[in-house]
Amino acid sequence: MNDERQLPRAARIFISFVALLRANGFAVAPEQTTAFLAAIELLGPRSLEHIRQAGLATLAPPPERRATYDRLFDIHFRGSEAIERAEGEDEETVRLQEEGRGEDEPPLADEANESGFAATRGEALVERRFAHDTTSDALRRLSREAPARLPRRRGHRRMRARRGPFADLRRTLRDSVRNDGEVLRLGQLKRRLRPRKMLLLIDVSGSMKARTEENMKLAHALLQAVHSAEVFTFGTRLTRVTRPLRLKRREQALTAAAHLVSDWDGGTRIGDALQAFLAVPRFGGYARGAAVIIISDGLERGDVSALRDAVAKLSRRAWRVSWLTPLATGPEFKPQTEALIAIQRFVDDLVDGGSSAAVVSHLLSLGRRAA
Amino acid sequence: MAVRGTIVGIDSPEALERALRAAYYLADQGLATAAYLSLALGKPLLLEGAPGVGKTEAAKAIAAVLGRRLIRLQCYEGIDASAALYEWNYPRQMLAIRQAGEESIDIYGETFLIERPMLAVLRAPDAAVLLIDEIDRADQEFEAFLLEFLSDFQISIPERGTVRAAERPVVVLTSNRTRDLHEALRRRCVYHWIDYPTAEREARIVMMRASSVAEQTARAVVAAVGKLRREPLSKAPGIAEAVDWAEAATLLHRGGARWPDAFKRSIGVALKDEEDLHFIAPRLDALIAEAAA
Repeated sequence: MNDERQLPRAARIFISFVALLRANGFAVAPEQTTAFLAAIELLGPRSLEHIRQAGLATLAPPPERRATYDRLFDIHFRGSEAIERAEGEDEETVRLQEEGRGEDEPPLADEANESGFAATRGEALVERRFAHDTTSDALRRLSREAPARLPRRRGHRRMRARRGPFADLRRTLRDSVRNDGEVLRLGQLKRRLRPRKMLLLIDVSGSMKARTEENMKLAHALLQAVHSAEVFTFGTRLTRVTRPLRLKRREQALTAAAHLVSDWDGGTRIGDALQAFLAVPRFGGYARGAAVIIISDGLERGDVSALRDAVAKLSRRAWRVSWLTPLATGPEFKPQTEALIAIQRFVDDLVDGGSSAAVVSHLLSLGRRAA
Repeated sequence: MAVRGTIVGIDSPEALERALRAAYYLADQGLATAAYLSLALGKPLLLEGAPGVGKTEAAKAIAAVLGRRLIRLQCYEGIDASAALYEWNYPRQMLAIRQAGEESIDIYGETFLIERPMLAVLRAPDAAVLLIDEIDRADQEFEAFLLEFLSDFQISIPERGTVRAAERPVVVLTSNRTRDLHEALRRRCVYHWIDYPTAEREARIVMMRASSVAEQTARAVVAAVGKLRREPLSKAPGIAEAVDWAEAATLLHRGGARWPDAFKRSIGVALKDEEDLHFIAPRLDALIAEAAA
């Protein structure tokens, strides 16, 4: 180690800043640190602002964690102690517009909202812990059969085929060179099948309390099986939980997701949640051409027209919208609640979501529908 | 790490900002810094942001500042090497084989090679800027393939050997963030998230882009657009829409329409979604009156 050039003293503070970022969950690669130092040298640096921007450009914190980055920067370089712990609400969480303010008191998570009929519009922010248990048969079935039976669509990449609509000129030419320039057989290509995008929206409000844990496990299993899936939870807020649930180990993934979501077992505002989902262009794009699955009992206390408009919009963007509700127990199920009647004509399937087995068999049946 | 010598006359982010302004692009300090670092460090510049905040325009302006040609590679799902790198002219090769008869012929010569954007840039790194537009639309296979290109700046063509860039070319990537890019790609680039500009800067952009628009009109449009962006719309108007709206309203006004009316009638160039229009319609009058005040 003695041969190596000693790092200049002045550089240490920058290296320790990178360490601080890593400790706070930012992924920073060594080459980014090198680039950071080179950038600082290039810029002078004539002010702290230069250093901050060099960091932004080279260490590339994701935009939704920009506030956290700025806070850490201030702590490290300005040493400011009077940092208000501004609740750096990540961009991944969308707080629903407060409309009926003061109308309902947030329910106490446990007692007040045990039955679905007490769905309220208020917020109760709680943290949730998941009990660990074994994988159920339904989830095992999902992981096993997902590759073959989840919906697929024709992609834009081409592959060799015995018969297909496109000529494979590259292969044809190579073959013909071998035969003195005679084309004996025209190579053909067809379009390759790819997994269709899937979008899972899970109701985590109090009225769905009994199902929440199972649904989150299911979401985790689905994300492990298909790469192109997105998962959101909603209650009084809308939260994207795709990132934590991508973690391979389930307990770890569920704990990470549990920290991110803060409206477990609270009120229900499905219409507002879906409107909020569609209003963020980045999120709304996830629905385009996707198989959309909404797991919710549809006990909406808010305005039914907001819910109806949102589902109508969703159904125009999506390939297929499935609404899975624990209330639908058989094929002769007729929706009774106002919300479910309103959305009935916009969804393709309104089926049983009362057990993991039911949800899994619906997911696996989607692949058989006409593309 | 190879730090490239300073580009002629541009030795600081501020100098680059001035040069970009001369090329009719108003960059904020963050963008100017990131672009300067990308040029000086020889790393690709990755720009992310909502649609219509001027990502592609930034690449065009950088090319103009450097006095280089802009080569644009528009990404789409299924884009592959034959669309991005090179392709052989197969029909021509087959004809050549037929015509050659008994003579021997090199069918992998220069005349049969079709240059695509990435190869074109490798061959003339000092005369072109490569814009890889909307990388989030390409699939992950292409992203992985791009990683290799962006770290080594070389391409191997099996029939001819490896083409290596004489110097590191200037590459700008843009993404609308419709999906998360791979960490490895972000790592290799200098990154900048382009946000909507402040009202002050946006008004200057509108006036710079549409010279016929009066200052008062520009300010009113920018104020109205700022309000629209705070509404839960499915497509918020970008800077390009603000410029169009200002221009359209000015045109209508010259044609004899009164001011608030000119704004209202030309709303279609700013909001292009029927539901968004429907949603905003009841409050549109108040919104415009407020913005024009």
